[in-house]
Amino acid sequence: MGARYFGASVPRKEDPRLLRGQGRYVDDIKLPGMVHAAFVRSPHAHARIHGVRAGAAASQPGVVRVLAWDDLAPWMKPLPLFGAVPPGLAARVAVTMKQSPPFAICRDVVRHVGEIVAMVVAESRAHAEDAAEQVEVDYEPIAPVTDMIAAAEPGAPVIHADWGDNVAVHFRAGFGDVDGAFREAAVRVRDRIDVQRYVGMPIETRGVIAWWDPRDGSLTTWNSTQVVHFVQQGLVAALGLPAHKIRVIAPDVGGGFGTKANGYPEDLLIPAAAIACRRPVKWTEDRREHMMASAHARHQVHDIEIAARRDGSMLAVRDHIWVDLGAYNTWGIVLPYNTVAHLLGPHRVPALAIECRGVVTSKTPNAPYRGAGRPETVFAMDRIVDRLARELSMDPAELRRRNYLTAADLPYELGIPYRDGNRLIYDSGDFRANLEAALEAAGYARMREEQEALRPQGIYRGIGISGYVEGTAIGPYEGASVRMDISGRAVVATGACSQGQGHETAFAQVAADALGVPIDWVTVVGGDTAAIPFGVGTFASRSAVNAGSSIHVAAGKVRDKLVEAAAALLEAAPEDVEIADGLAGVQGSPESRVPLERVIRASLPTFARAGAVSPDFEATVYHHQPTVTYTSAVHLAHVEVDAGTGAIRLLRYVVAHDCGRLINPVIVEGQIHGGVAQGVGGGLLEEMVYDDQGQLLTGTFMDYLIPTAMEVPPIETVHLEYPSPRNPLGVKGIGEGGAISPPAALAGAVEDALAPFGVRVRRTPLGPSTVLGLIAEAEARTAEGQTGRGA
Amino acid sequence: MKPAPFAYEAPASVPEALELLARHGDDAKVLAGGQSLVPMLNLRLARPAVVVDINGVGGLAGLALRGGTLAVGALVRQRALERWAAVHAPLCAEALRHLGHVAIRTRGTVVGSLVHADPAAELPAVFLCCDGALAVHGPGGERIVAAGALFQGPLTTSVGSEELAVEARLALPDERTGWGFSEVARRHGDFALAGAVALLRRDAGGSADHVRLALFGVGGTPVRGAAAEAELLGREPTAARLREAARAAAAALDPPADIHATSAYRRRAAAVLAERALAAALARAGRAA
Repeated sequence: MGARYFGASVPRKEDPRLLRGQGRYVDDIKLPGMVHAAFVRSPHAHARIHGVRAGAAASQPGVVRVLAWDDLAPWMKPLPLFGAVPPGLAARVAVTMKQSPPFAICRDVVRHVGEIVAMVVAESRAHAEDAAEQVEVDYEPIAPVTDMIAAAEPGAPVIHADWGDNVAVHFRAGFGDVDGAFREAAVRVRDRIDVQRYVGMPIETRGVIAWWDPRDGSLTTWNSTQVVHFVQQGLVAALGLPAHKIRVIAPDVGGGFGTKANGYPEDLLIPAAAIACRRPVKWTEDRREHMMASAHARHQVHDIEIAARRDGSMLAVRDHIWVDLGAYNTWGIVLPYNTVAHLLGPHRVPALAIECRGVVTSKTPNAPYRGAGRPETVFAMDRIVDRLARELSMDPAELRRRNYLTAADLPYELGIPYRDGNRLIYDSGDFRANLEAALEAAGYARMREEQEALRPQGIYRGIGISGYVEGTAIGPYEGASVRMDISGRAVVATGACSQGQGHETAFAQVAADALGVPIDWVTVVGGDTAAIPFGVGTFASRSAVNAGSSIHVAAGKVRDKLVEAAAALLEAAPEDVEIADGLAGVQGSPESRVPLERVIRASLPTFARAGAVSPDFEATVYHHQPTVTYTSAVHLAHVEVDAGTGAIRLLRYVVAHDCGRLINPVIVEGQIHGGVAQGVGGGLLEEMVYDDQGQLLTGTFMDYLIPTAMEVPPIETVHLEYPSPRNPLGVKGIGEGGAISPPAALAGAVEDALAPFGVRVRRTPLGPSTVLGLIAEAEARTAEGQTGRGA
Repeated sequence: MKPAPFAYEAPASVPEALELLARHGDDAKVLAGGQSLVPMLNLRLARPAVVVDINGVGGLAGLALRGGTLAVGALVRQRALERWAAVHAPLCAEALRHLGHVAIRTRGTVVGSLVHADPAAELPAVFLCCDGALAVHGPGGERIVAAGALFQGPLTTSVGSEELAVEARLALPDERTGWGFSEVARRHGDFALAGAVALLRRDAGGSADHVRLALFGVGGTPVRGAAAEAELLGREPTAARLREAARAAAAALDPPADIHATSAYRRRAAAVLAERALAAALARAGRAA
């Protein structure tokens, strides 16, 4: 295979369209006769529904139908659940799990603010919203549960009555002699670490359009989803139609981040309304709906402790983890077990004991969001590692240097299985090399000197370091079909769906190299169930590995067929034929070269003769990825804290990482930049806040603060390439990584900057009020200590 | 997120606008830049029966310096004042740089920000610091509302529902008067968690003979730091005295708490920001010859 495009920063093929505002998103699609939906959503966090009446809504101007449970009952099947415990995991970890599926329309008990109770279909969205206000719902409020730790205690109000309690997932995992290590360790530190609830927040909200064609009983639905085939399967189950009668299309999608990899009621309700009303129906989620009803994320508490020798060698980690799942345990084992599997990351720790509880509360259900348990668990680990460094009076970089695994240690098996049930074995990388590369790029020693020099002037600068190892590219498969057209150009169809990642470019690079054609000859089609029958979708940093490998292998098969046809046309042996730049020729004989178009045309039958070879220049491959590839990175944040106001300024941000072989470095850097921006949000700004009645207090962008260009620092990246042995391209996933470490790195940097005050950071986001509160808390602790010594 | 139904009126003159306001009273809302009203309409937090759009009203777009007084018509965009102020009124320019973003300032109006009266907004505090006055037309003709009498509470002013604010007037600091502006917000362009605007002038002997301090984001309205002004007036503004004055001003506050900041934070930050604003004003202040 010639690597003409692989590894090059090819400009993104999709950008001219997207940057000129010529993208075609769900909301851009308008169908003749289309009507619009609005939803009646619960204002209560927990309530019993005694009745839903259309009331005056049905006779409002422009109203087509008011639909509640009874109107849609035949289609109201449980919504899909994810995250069953795979057999390989069940064999080694005893998991207790409870899952009760929500329904698309809530019939009896609402369990979070924003749950759908009824739907109005009208000639315009404004008409639908006006009428939705008139729908009458009798609610009987029930006590909500908002605190995850209280929710797990006996006697808490129970959210799913038949469960008996609110603990949806419970297990213990670990290895080694933890109690012995803690007994004998010279140093032990422990703390309670909090990670707030924050979310993906794509620029494009969700949207669904459905068109029912009664002529052939087929349904076409456009959905801003990351998982068209999952949406199709949900519709097959609910509507009782064969899969080929349901076409799900994700056109241009403006960001997903996992938020759009979730199953949602509207995926079914809009198609059901289109069938019920016999008209195309559109719903574009507004930001208020998105805030209260699209999946939330993060939100954990860790009681973590670590045992070490005086020289910094880590001996054991113990952690009690609570994961707030929101009102429904939609994702089963995924978030709790991801948290556990990624806790230790780059550190060599010989013993581990974890008890983990996934708890339901009266809040919007959680789903995996860029990192999916990893940002939380890395935050807890790096906080306790920094605490250990302070306890040992050791530089936090040096402590990590002494404990990070190197290339010589790999492959390295952790004593617990991965979430997919396979053995958890780091495949490739050098985590200490990541650290050294980050320190070097940052000029760490100079930063430390400058920090010392500035403190007497009341300028407080700090450095924070965070490292992670991330299982990426979860399988089990993604497929790709590669086929040539009569012009000799190629179409690549895959179940992977782009939300802006650059699939049209990166996948074209892989295909063009494997086929031997110019990249402009390749068109990539994703997000359409009509293009390929089976698929998984894009999430979990999985598409480069899963779809990329399928494309590589399938394109190679097509190339073999082209070689065979060219050999017949050129009257040469196949092994002497080469294809490059879209031309086939005999090696060493440039004048023999012919365009692929001629090769293909020569293979088509004529009235005079059959084709030289069968013209099926196409191949479909479903690459099987049994377990993950391990991406790793070290992030370094440099900040300045205004000790008068608590305001934080980001000075620099450095990422040194390994995601295996790079298909397109600029796309990789873009992924890192976007992830870091979201991590800055998690570290400094973003939090979904509920009051104790389960009311959402951050329902608009006035209060839920996402970072803007002004808040994101310059980001420097260093690429280290340790190819994965687990796929033919040697690649690993990078979609999520950027978002994993920033909260930990920023918290470490703020704590480091304010070390003269003795500040301890245990929670994000670090707004100015929080930071001054930490200084006041540290001052109070110091004063207390002095009083204590005096007494 | 569509607004509840409302009637739309677009008067062409102040009398026509006043006639509509008189007819609809509390049921009407005036639309100028719409940067606060339109989101509130879309969230259905504001549900006026009638929206009176004054963008077509003549004679409200003036921006002029009359003596030392800056007169800003009701349709002057914040961005227009910002561009003008970059040369003529650095305090206004600095304050406006913190107000939202360019896109917001390009539509938002100066007078609209004053009569919207968000207690954490920059312009009301500048208005208070510059001894501002608002020209208001109503059924009884024109009246002038002094800055100190304008702000009644969060989003509440003494402009009546049948009245229209037509022009804001600010006494711009003369060249001997130093100014300072300091605020802290969660992000660039957000409403302030706390902020301070200060003016300071010194006489030939070096004592302060004109002092103004306005604090915002720390109460139901922007407030004058009267204790600080009293502390400094007629005295040598030493660094220690500025700090004392700022602390005295902050001590008088009872700031609100919300999810972004505690009350104690706002009081503590107000002291720091007031001191910084006063120090900046002192550094810029010249002395009488």
